[in-house]
Amino acid sequence: MRLDDWLDHAKTDADRRGLPELKTLLERLARATAVLRHADWLDDAAGSAPHAVNEPKSAPRKP
Amino acid sequence: MTSASSPSIAQLAIELGTGQITATALLDQCLCTIARRDHELNAFITVMEEAARADAHRADTELAAGRSRSLLHGIPISVKDLIDLRGLPTTAASRVRAGHLAASDAPVLARLREAGAIFIGKCNLHEFAFGTTGEDSAFGPTRNPYMPDRIAGGSSSGSAVSVAARMALASVGSDTGGSIRIPAAACGVVGLKPTFGELNCSGMVPLARTLDHVGPLASTVEDVALVYAVMTGDMHPPECRSRTRELKGNAQPHLGIPRRYFFDALDTQILKAFELMLERLRAAGCVVEDVDIPHAADTAPIYIHTVLAEAAALHAPTLETQAADYGADVRLRLEMGRYVLAEDYARAQAGRQVLRREVDAALSGRQALLLPTLPMPPPTLGTKVVTVGDVTDSVRALTLRLTQLFDLTGHPALSVPCGMTDVGLPVAAQFVGAHGHTHDLLQLAASYEAVIRA
Repeated sequence: MRLDDWLDHAKTDADRRGLPELKTLLERLARATAVLRHADWLDDAAGSAPHAVNEPKSAPRKP
Repeated sequence: MTSASSPSIAQLAIELGTGQITATALLDQCLCTIARRDHELNAFITVMEEAARADAHRADTELAAGRSRSLLHGIPISVKDLIDLRGLPTTAASRVRAGHLAASDAPVLARLREAGAIFIGKCNLHEFAFGTTGEDSAFGPTRNPYMPDRIAGGSSSGSAVSVAARMALASVGSDTGGSIRIPAAACGVVGLKPTFGELNCSGMVPLARTLDHVGPLASTVEDVALVYAVMTGDMHPPECRSRTRELKGNAQPHLGIPRRYFFDALDTQILKAFELMLERLRAAGCVVEDVDIPHAADTAPIYIHTVLAEAAALHAPTLETQAADYGADVRLRLEMGRYVLAEDYARAQAGRQVLRREVDAALSGRQALLLPTLPMPPPTLGTKVVTVGDVTDSVRALTLRLTQLFDLTGHPALSVPCGMTDVGLPVAAQFVGAHGHTHDLLQLAASYEAVIRA
């Protein structure tokens, strides 16, 4: 889920549940989530290699 | 107040063994201190005077007959009220737990009981161990024994205060993001978070199962080592002491200082005391060198997504049925955890592996990492936001800043007092050792404790 969509849904749900004071905390959590999702060590299904941490980098052979 | 010159558990054990002092007299001293000071400090939720007196009498009978169970035989110990002691409620400092009664001792406490320790009472804490100040408790805030208008740190607030004020000679606490080390630092005592998984956490109200640790607090590193040894099932602590002494003849220890990120937000008084301690360690023969943990700045987001999601999973049923029984702040943060997405929790777990490898790499060829435990002196009760250097953040975020990494990675970490601020508040250094080498970390810190504290 995209972060903006998640935050909108979460804040709407907090209002629905009678917890409007939760919205400030959710905004803080969203900022932390944004940092987490942009970490340079994350990999993905497209094969983007994580920036290897303390691991040897090896160059792929040319086909 | 406790100090390095107060008799250690090891010293008192000799006096107990030779009849110079009795367990009953030792218990009386602690009970008198509780009666004199706890109305102000609020370290205890339950004082077990009657049961403790019976146990002390039994200890005196056994010791007089020459049957010493261990160096903890007859020693008064307090317990964070998050851990089960048979026949008593485990309140977790929350109204949510009303009516609970523990059927048996938690395994780590059963070992201490078998070793002859005298349980003197159950200690106050931040509700459900979900906070670092010790302020949010159904039983009222715990206060710092050095300056009672200051926080005691948390979540094991009462445990640290009970040891600092000599209401108990040691305590058992828990640490999920720093909850043993933070109050130990704020109250001027020693606190150990062992390697993750070394001590059995069953019989303890969980906060986040992949982060929870149980461990001891005491006045000195040697006393912490003694209690830790018994908690692991080693009933022969004298061996632990002799191993500690052996290290003094070893080669120069190499200590790594991870400055980037960890030193970006440090109060000047903390930095001054820490740098003075480094000078003393260098003069004592230690090799001190800077090291880097490249992704240390990602620690807080990784920690937050882990602890919130795991705590929310544990509390979801009672958040539905007993929401009004939680303190307002703790309830809101638990509710926040219910919104963490599975994909972000998974990202956080991948991040933990990265951090674990980076801490391992920083420790390679070194005996320990060394950094302050708290970035600032304990603030006054009620403070929500603090500015330290160029960083303004919540008290919660700043108190966790230097400790939470090692709960994520599971490395053993020990907080030891290393100085005082100008106004007389404690400053502490944190020693971090290799995974599975908690004993080695204790030996190192014990060998240099006089230098660290000078």
